[in-house]
Amino acid sequence: MSKIKPRGKVPKKASVDEIIEIKTLIRHPMHSGRMKDKNGKNIPKRIINKFLVKFNGKQVFGMDLEPSISTNPYIAFPFKAKETGTFDFEWTDDNGEKYSMSRKMSVS
Amino acid sequence: MKRQKMITISRRNAIYLMSGVASTVLFSKYAIAKPNLALQKIKEISKNNVEEIDLFLDVPEIAENGNQVKVSFDIESPMTKDDFVKTVYLFADGNPAPNVAKFSFSTDMGACAATTRMRLSKTQNVYLLAEYNNGKFAMTKSKVKVTIGGCGG
Repeated sequence: MSKIKPRGKVPKKASVDEIIEIKTLIRHPMHSGRMKDKNGKNIPKRIINKFLVKFNGKQVFGMDLEPSISTNPYIAFPFKAKETGTFDFEWTDDNGEKYSMSRKMSVS
Repeated sequence: MKRQKMITISRRNAIYLMSGVASTVLFSKYAIAKPNLALQKIKEISKNNVEEIDLFLDVPEIAENGNQVKVSFDIESPMTKDDFVKTVYLFADGNPAPNVAKFSFSTDMGACAATTRMRLSKTQNVYLLAEYNNGKFAMTKSKVKVTIGGCGG
């Protein structure tokens, strides 16, 4: 299995009150628990079940994922730029592992 | 001659019987699947107090591959402290489980929109349920035709 790797795209610069779009993608198999492998055996359920975004430490966006979300979950959402700061993204796996990433944005 | 007739009738009867059994099986299957799980969930969450309005839910009319169906929504809202969308739920009524995703929004976002990709096992309706900060609920639905299902199994 390929390594689980988060990716994200946040504009480096934005102007005040501009609504920017943030795009994130994490490479993850999202096994729904219903798929079978080559030998016909069930692959146990393993998905990303939570996605959280914090801006300067304050939660701004959250998402609960279910098995109906595709492999390599892609999530895009808007954000209103007001001040310079850091986005912290965090994905939670079914097995308790957490994957995180941060991105800086400067607002002028 | 008489005997042959009897046989045909009994065969026909047998066919009727079989079709009868088949339809009972079919309908009973529908009867189990019919209570729309997605709608049930919507009722549960909104306590049956939901208004069906035309929210912007963007799903393809025909999805060739049910494994990756792009779904996005954009709900008009000022997103101020007094008036904002708190939570948005996505449901699919033909998937093994009706829940797809739950989005939590905050006033910092400036707009209530998001895009993701979902799996659809067959042709079905996708529902969007929005919860406003004043306790109101609104929903919309959109039908997606799926050529190849994407839930595995």
